[in-house]
Amino acid sequence: MALVNVTINGVQVQAENGALLIEVAKQNGIEIPAFCYYEGMSLQAACRMCLVEVEKAPKLMAGCTLPVAEGMVVRTESEPVVKARKTTLEFLLSNHPLDCPVCDKGGECELQDMTFKYGVGESRFTEIKQHVPEKQWSPVVFYDAPRCILCYRCVRVCNEGMGVGALGVSYRGVNAEIIPSNGDHLECDECGSCIDICPVGSLTSGIYRYKTRPWEMEHVGTVCTHCSNGCKTTLGVRNNEIVRGNNRDKSGINGEFLCVKGRYAFDFTQHPERLQTPLIRNAAGELEEASWSRALKLVAEKFKALAGPDFGVIGSTRTTNEENYLLQKFARTALGTASIDHHRTGDVVTLIDSLSGKTGQLATAEDLYTSKAVLVVASDLSQQQPLLANKIRANVRHHKAAVYTVTPGPVREDKIARKAIRIAEADSLAGVEQLREALSKEAELVIIYGDAIQGEKVRQLVAFGESLGIPVKYVALVDYANSRGALDMGLLPDLGPGYHATAPGRSLQQMLDDPKLAALWVVGSNPLKGGKSLASTNAFVVVQDLFLTETAQRADVVLPAASAYEKNGTVTNVCGQVQRLKKGIETVGSKADLAIIGLLARGMGVNLGKVDADAIFAEIAASVPGYNQLPMPVILTGGAVQTHPVNGGVPPSSVPGIIASARDTLFTTGSLTRYSKILNEVLEKPGALYS
Amino acid sequence: MTFSPELEAKFADLVTHYPEGRQRAALIPMLMFGQEEVGSITPEFMEEVAKRLGLNTMQVDEVVGYYSMLHKKGMGKYHVQVCTNVACMLRGGAELYDHACHKLGLGHKEVSADGVISLEEVECMGACSWAPAIQVNYDFHHEVTTEQLDTILEGLKK
Amino acid sequence: MKLFNEPSPLETKIISFRFGLENSASIDTYLAHDGYKALRKALEISPDDIINELKASNLRGRGGAGFPTGMKWSFVPRASEKPKYIVVNADESEPGTCKDRLLIQHDPHQLIEGCLIGALAVGAKKGWIYIRGEYNYLIHIMDKAIAEAYKNGYLGKNICGTDFEFDLYTHTGAGAYECGEESALLESLEGKRGVPRIRPPFPAISGAFQSPTLLNNVETFSSVPAILRMGGQAYADLGVPRSGGTRLVCMSGHVNKPGVYEVPLGFPLMKFVNEIGGGVWKGRALKAIIPGGSSSPLLKAEECDIPMDYDSIAKAGSMLGSGGLMVMDETTDMVKVALRIMRFYQHESCGWCIPCREGTTWLKKMLQRVSDGHGQTRDIDLIGDLAQNMMGRTFCPLGDAAAMPTIAIVKKYRNEFEEYVARNPFASPELVSIA
Ligand SMILES: Cc1cc2nc3c(=O)[nH]c(=O)nc-3n(C[C@H](O)[C@H](O)[C@H](O)COP(=O)(O)O)c2cc1C
Ligand code: SF4
Ligand code: SF4
Ligand code: SF4
Ligand code: SF4
Ligand code: FES
Ligand code: FES
Repeated sequence: MALVNVTINGVQVQAENGALLIEVAKQNGIEIPAFCYYEGMSLQAACRMCLVEVEKAPKLMAGCTLPVAEGMVVRTESEPVVKARKTTLEFLLSNHPLDCPVCDKGGECELQDMTFKYGVGESRFTEIKQHVPEKQWSPVVFYDAPRCILCYRCVRVCNEGMGVGALGVSYRGVNAEIIPSNGDHLECDECGSCIDICPVGSLTSGIYRYKTRPWEMEHVGTVCTHCSNGCKTTLGVRNNEIVRGNNRDKSGINGEFLCVKGRYAFDFTQHPERLQTPLIRNAAGELEEASWSRALKLVAEKFKALAGPDFGVIGSTRTTNEENYLLQKFARTALGTASIDHHRTGDVVTLIDSLSGKTGQLATAEDLYTSKAVLVVASDLSQQQPLLANKIRANVRHHKAAVYTVTPGPVREDKIARKAIRIAEADSLAGVEQLREALSKEAELVIIYGDAIQGEKVRQLVAFGESLGIPVKYVALVDYANSRGALDMGLLPDLGPGYHATAPGRSLQQMLDDPKLAALWVVGSNPLKGGKSLASTNAFVVVQDLFLTETAQRADVVLPAASAYEKNGTVTNVCGQVQRLKKGIETVGSKADLAIIGLLARGMGVNLGKVDADAIFAEIAASVPGYNQLPMPVILTGGAVQTHPVNGGVPPSSVPGIIASARDTLFTTGSLTRYSKILNEVLEKPGALYS
Repeated sequence: MTFSPELEAKFADLVTHYPEGRQRAALIPMLMFGQEEVGSITPEFMEEVAKRLGLNTMQVDEVVGYYSMLHKKGMGKYHVQVCTNVACMLRGGAELYDHACHKLGLGHKEVSADGVISLEEVECMGACSWAPAIQVNYDFHHEVTTEQLDTILEGLKK
Repeated sequence: MKLFNEPSPLETKIISFRFGLENSASIDTYLAHDGYKALRKALEISPDDIINELKASNLRGRGGAGFPTGMKWSFVPRASEKPKYIVVNADESEPGTCKDRLLIQHDPHQLIEGCLIGALAVGAKKGWIYIRGEYNYLIHIMDKAIAEAYKNGYLGKNICGTDFEFDLYTHTGAGAYECGEESALLESLEGKRGVPRIRPPFPAISGAFQSPTLLNNVETFSSVPAILRMGGQAYADLGVPRSGGTRLVCMSGHVNKPGVYEVPLGFPLMKFVNEIGGGVWKGRALKAIIPGGSSSPLLKAEECDIPMDYDSIAKAGSMLGSGGLMVMDETTDMVKVALRIMRFYQHESCGWCIPCREGTTWLKKMLQRVSDGHGQTRDIDLIGDLAQNMMGRTFCPLGDAAAMPTIAIVKKYRNEFEEYVARNPFASPELVSIA
């Protein structure tokens, strides 16, 4: 695009012809104040904060909608501009309840900041203010109309950002206010994006309300523990309690996006049923509280005695890479077993094998935002992969990306799709084939597929993609925060870290079904969920978990574990992007799984080397293909780095495992859901998600 | 929700007035004409219109809240609207409105107990040169004196 | 339909000459009185010729802004992939204005003919007449006329036996002054809230349904047939330079013979009031005139000795606007006038932008308080200052429309505000500094 010369405050700068003045100014270090302008969203020109002086224009112009042109001369701090700003703020404050002292937003309110920076000191308003009572729209969303400055950010983030469109504007003039989808309440994703984006304290969160003031919190940047998408989240911590999750600094792969789980469902950490002390099954057959030393001693002794090929180990989809790595290493070396597995939710393995010899064909989250076309196969993305869905929506909005869906039922992506094919999951590939002509005309493509595509079907899908004659990237969808890491770290019965062949052992199902199983060690998983039982009635069962799950109830020893928000380490998201977890709060009574593994090893007299997250990660980086050469500074500073694809093929599996996604919705997240009060509240009022 | 055959016919015709795919344009006319029959903009009515035009109810709600002639609360069988804007005010519109308030015992947007008459103080309605003016439902009355107003109101009660 | 007021012999009846004829709204009457002659002429000449006639006529928009119509018509792109549309602004809600109502009531076919010529000039095949909700009875009249036009081959396909086709519909508003603003009108036409659009693009490029649209006021379109019949130059000559032709002026307020009268542009204002309007009523003296709807700043009696054309009135610091001329006698209470005007704009502000939404509300509250006798001296300055702070800062001109008359009244009749304050026993004399 052609460059033009623009003079801003006497300084000549170059800018793309037609770029918005407010952006051009920002690029050149000049701030034009704005309430309604929000980068990446549709233009409003409503707040009039951004008025600037443009030479030859008869009146002040809105910088947020003004395209720059050759020779334009702009002043953003001249006397008329400053006066206009002051008066706009004065108008705004005239009807604004001055309840900053009790407002949640106090301290990080854009209206406060703006008033501090540009406003006048005193108020000339002496009339009676309009009062409207506050409304609760959902368990998480409250609306206080008098505080609302009608910037329409919430409406746009919900409509354009979330693709939900649950917020509107009604009435007019001074009575205008934001309204929720269903008359007096919201039926929506409950993502809280609207609350987060509100520049003032008009929309507030049911969880955070009146709990604290922003400056009383510590802010810890870590990664959401709920789904595989790996959103960066900043935990607001006060008195060792997480009171807020958001990503206002827009860092990480998710920008400011978080779904309901990431934003609110951290409350499981405080759940009263949270295990705080180890439990040992007593003579009467009941689980009884015990000290850590007694429990660890007992487990170490038993493990030593039962080590061998009939020992089963089930790992987790939420524990860190370091924990997973150490767990399989410990199992394979010290426990002498090959029976290691975890709850597999998507066929990453076959994808990696199908792409062997090729590079750069595993898509990142960012690719979904930039690719010219996206094909979604057999997945309800908005429900199950919220961030990926959000990326695609933004891509459509900003780059007019072409989206195609092949799904058994209606999905939200249909609304933005060029073509939406309705077909049974089993026939997905036939559905994909129908799109051949359209897809081959695209410049590039990302194919995302759910668990219905596994084994041979993955190979067929890749063959289809490779036959289109355009660059294609792939994402094999998995469910949980470290589902991908569990695979990469070799929590598999015949593949070690980096998908290296190892001696085969039992798969998860085979462990459950084998009456000869001598011991079962379950770390952060609930394989007996849904009334399943263990065929081996004699097996000694040890469970590490946060709660007394169905599996923990069967255990001989239960060791209380720390959650992802309570420890350091790394996790790998659905796109193979490695990110760092940072400890937000200290645990009471429970220990991180890494520490537990280390203590058990020590109890058994096994030397695992230095057991801390950094040391283990160094070992991973040194030994696990794909994890070598990751730029550490990026990860350490909270960035995400994609692992390198494993080149050279994955050995064919001799131990077929069952791959099944839990098909979580936006409001469920495996067993954690049950312990999140807020998710349960939201679930009690399920929303009509497809309007 | 069912409507009279005439209204159904009107609705069916309305949607043909706008370009293909832009049938939302029929929303305001449908609400206006439907209101005459339904009596007010009820939640069911909003839902029905939304359904017919492929909108959600909130989108209809947004529109209904904006326009001053769309009433969620039912008005009287005879809706008496008195203009008090400048041209009418200069010729006694405000006094006429006060008179109507007293006479009917009603205030702005209030409905008589029997639901027959409602009153509203309205903005200029395009009868300035023949002020003061009132409208009863859609019927204009020009150069209305208090005596004439009394007669008109008496007539409505019958 | 009977006339609401007696015509005046001083009128120049170009677009209102059929008013008062028997069955004036029927197509038969219309055809018997030059009806659809201009259309036949337009069908014989090129679109450019039509536009050139309009340019020569010096016709300026009658909706309020007074934009040269020929120029506006030339902005609609010749070639367009999208269909092009005609939209008639019959929202007529500017206080003081009641002329479009008569044009539709007495002569709907003249409007249809104007639309047809517009459609020929820009290549439109469809159009809508957006009629304010309160004018429900006009929708019936208009629909009937449209049906007649279809029946007689003036609408639909093969108009007048040519391949020209055009469909025309009425569309009702639902009570919102702001929907007279052209971009808000288009939003409303599309079934949305009447909130203005970001401009550019202007309707000529992207209007109804995001397609090129020719949007004019009822009176503007209604003037077109006469222009084609008599020729642009002859029409222009009726008026003064840069303000061609005649227009309907709606006289209201304290005059003996209020009514809507057609006069040439440049007609002397005082002659209009005194000779056509029969002078100020009750033998009283003139105090002020609002010349072009409540948005236009009022003129004091001594400022009123001017001709009624766009430029002269602008020179006097006001606007010809919508042609709503309100006359006020010496007894008029200007505080009450200011309050009533502000109440109107506050009620009609769409609420989209801060200065208008909050400014009109604040001003209304202050004016109400002053008028209730609780004003302070500092309030008077603040009223003027706040109105000034709205000027030029709002998203659409409604904010200016609210501010301009207020500024004028406070400036020209400050003494009346002071009298109100003086009557407040609790008035404190101190002044608070103003930012
Ligand atoms: C707040 C506001 C209200 C308006 N109301 C009307 C109206 O009721 N009728 C009208 O014709 N123009 C109205 N206008 C002017 C229109 O925006 C537009 O300029 C006009 O319809 C164009 O037609 P014209 O060029 O024929 O005048 C209004 C403008 C504003 C800012
Ligand atoms: S919580 Fe999320 S989905 Fe619900 S209204 Fe707010 S932005 Fe929309
Ligand atoms: S609720 Fe907040 S984000 Fe929404 S319009 Fe009001 S101030 Fe803006
Ligand atoms: S999309 Fe997934 S990672 Fe992101 S906030 Fe939601 S649950 Fe957490
Ligand atoms: S000035 Fe602003 S608030 Fe007022 S009507 Fe126009 S857009 Fe709406
Ligand atoms: S930022 Fe430009 S008007 Fe709000
Ligand atoms: S002011 Fe009352 S009708 Fe215009």
